[in-house]
Amino acid sequence: MKRLIDWLDSRTGIRKLTHEALLENIPGGARWRYVWGSALTFCLFVQFVTGAFLWSAYSPGALTAWESVYYIQNEMTGGWFLRGLHHFTAQLMVVLLVLHLMQVIIDGAYQAPREVNFWFGLGLLLLTLALALTGYLLPWDQKGYWATKVATNIAGIMPIFGEEIQRLVVGGADYGNLTLTRFFALHAGLLPAGIVVLIVGHIALFRRHGIKAKQPFQKRDAPFWPDQVLMDAVASLAVLTTVVFLTLAFHGAELSAPADPSEPYPAARPEWYFLFLFQFLKYFPGHTEVWGAIVLPTLGLLILAAMPLIGKWRLGHRFNLAFLAALGAGAVLLTVQARRQDASDPTYLAARAQAERDAHRVAELARAAGGIPGAGAVTLLRDDPLTQGPRLFARHCSSCHRYDGHDGTGLAVTGSPSAPDLKGFGSRAWLSGMLDPALVDGPTYYGDTKFKEGKMARFVKQKVAKYTPEQRAGLAKVIQAVSAEAALPSQAAADRNDAQAILEGRELARSTFSCTDCHAFGKPDEDATGPDLTGWGSREWVVGIISDPTHPRFYGSRNDRMPLFLSSGQLDSRSIGLVADWLRGDWYGGSGK
Amino acid sequence: MSGPIPPEEPRRSFLKKAAAVFIGGLVTLVPAAAGLLMWMDPLRRRSGGGAAGFTRITSLAALPNDGTPRKFTVFADRVDAWTRIPATPVGAVYLRRTGDRTVEALQTICPHAGCFVDYRPGARDFLCPCHNSTFAIDGAINDPKSPSPRAMDALPVELREEEIWIRFENFQAGQKAKRVVS
Repeated sequence: MKRLIDWLDSRTGIRKLTHEALLENIPGGARWRYVWGSALTFCLFVQFVTGAFLWSAYSPGALTAWESVYYIQNEMTGGWFLRGLHHFTAQLMVVLLVLHLMQVIIDGAYQAPREVNFWFGLGLLLLTLALALTGYLLPWDQKGYWATKVATNIAGIMPIFGEEIQRLVVGGADYGNLTLTRFFALHAGLLPAGIVVLIVGHIALFRRHGIKAKQPFQKRDAPFWPDQVLMDAVASLAVLTTVVFLTLAFHGAELSAPADPSEPYPAARPEWYFLFLFQFLKYFPGHTEVWGAIVLPTLGLLILAAMPLIGKWRLGHRFNLAFLAALGAGAVLLTVQARRQDASDPTYLAARAQAERDAHRVAELARAAGGIPGAGAVTLLRDDPLTQGPRLFARHCSSCHRYDGHDGTGLAVTGSPSAPDLKGFGSRAWLSGMLDPALVDGPTYYGDTKFKEGKMARFVKQKVAKYTPEQRAGLAKVIQAVSAEAALPSQAAADRNDAQAILEGRELARSTFSCTDCHAFGKPDEDATGPDLTGWGSREWVVGIISDPTHPRFYGSRNDRMPLFLSSGQLDSRSIGLVADWLRGDWYGGSGK
Repeated sequence: MSGPIPPEEPRRSFLKKAAAVFIGGLVTLVPAAAGLLMWMDPLRRRSGGGAAGFTRITSLAALPNDGTPRKFTVFADRVDAWTRIPATPVGAVYLRRTGDRTVEALQTICPHAGCFVDYRPGARDFLCPCHNSTFAIDGAINDPKSPSPRAMDALPVELREEEIWIRFENFQAGQKAKRVVS
């Protein structure tokens, strides 16, 4: 063993190297206040290791980025843990960097002869922030997509070559495959290489000038090894413990729904450490934006960089301290303000809640389908009635109809409804309500339509109101029979169990209850004045009435105010199908499926 | 107080050194182990190119009566890591009539190193272009010096009325034993 080391030493000089590295003298001995640099180096080590392994499963492409991250997060052994380590170490690294910078400024460690090393450190801070910014986009989820768009649009407002710079960063006019490949090349290639170069320089200069020891010394001088190494190791352990704790507490890093340029995401925010810049921008409306986004932040950075020079003047160090304090206080204040505004903004909160639902839903759909279609995970959500139904309903139907009293997505609608509440449309319960004299002309059915005084409402209020218990039992069978036409997934079992009653109900509808006086039921009836009861509430029926309520089969010329959604171009047939499926509870995971 | 460093008490120094090495090793190990664990994920999965169960390939009438092999593409649903691709080509197979109602199916992948084996109509044999090994029309090794460790891999065939169904499988290349890998 010794001979091997002797040989190696004679060829490389490794003994001297280790000696120099480990036995460097620390004036005043090892101290806890010297651990920051090592803790940061440890963070960087974690990022390189976890990043390289994540790289082995990540696929930068508009149709594969989210999908591969989903696979890492949900399918691969411990993938969520690895991603969590990478994510939270990045956050902690920013915190540690800022603390390190503050310490250096407060201790005046930027002063001669350490100016250049201070600039190296600032460079490292900027590179780390660039890594955070580029990494935020890589999962290609709604959050990263929309937040990064803001950042690249800011690049676009830079004077002179702004638009060209934006186009080069994005890889074209639009976000897409090239945006990801370019961001990934920066994130995993260029920026880490830059960090390595600067770190080597930073440490080399640090060794050249020695530690800026804090006076007065409490102990004798001591070599780096083992006391300071032990302290550094304990600090690294504290970093790792924090990161592991955060990873476990949040079950890794968030992955929101796949990026969708057609789906707005009002809750898009940058990472929390950029929030103060985000908030700062709000104070610069319109054409003054360039001041808030570029000029003032650049100025701030230049002052930071000039600190070693400013510090030479008599009051320079005091000025630097005051500037640092103002900067820190401003950043904290703006961050708190941004958080407060979001916490009391219903649009933001609703968007967050919806984003969480979407993220959960898309994972559920991917699992159910046994994989993600080649066209990307975003199609899973676009084709999902549970996701799209409420949004389409809120946009196109909720000005007249309600869904359980709300607009479909859960938000309240101002004003009173002017058409029936469609929650449970087609079900026995819905039909029973319509045939209830107390409800038929109320706000949840025909209260604010021209059918309030119509034949059906009159029939219910005058005849049904006076039914004997025996007639009521018969009506219940008619309700079962008509509702069975809808073939709702949630009622499949009930329809099977009550097959006999349904048969009787069909007969009763034609005879005793004379529904067929006005409605067609079971066979075509040209004289029918009310909507067709054949297939009432079925997918085909619901799609039909949304497409064209003026069709003779539905309301014909007696249609109230309902638009012809298909021929007017307000909805395409695919969207109409999604609304119909959603209203009928016909989606993956719905009752009865 | 700077000056010569006084020697420390040896036992205390040893404990410090041991603790530094132990903690340093631990913090290095955790991220590396988490990464390795995920990286080794493929070892616990068994899926990929093969098609589960029997797949319909063609009808019996599509095969010449003289026993000449014909190549057919095998379509199956495929899950490629996160992507699910329905009815996509997952490989190819040579089908050959060996009797009135008997059919033989051979994998097109060479058992030596996984190249695609060609059928040569003139010579009525199979040639692997990578290392020039030839196989007889029934897939047997032709040449005693063939680099291939085994004959071409036969696949299970079922005749369902007039339709030919096979169970498409991929095998570990380079080994004497024929072992299904997917």
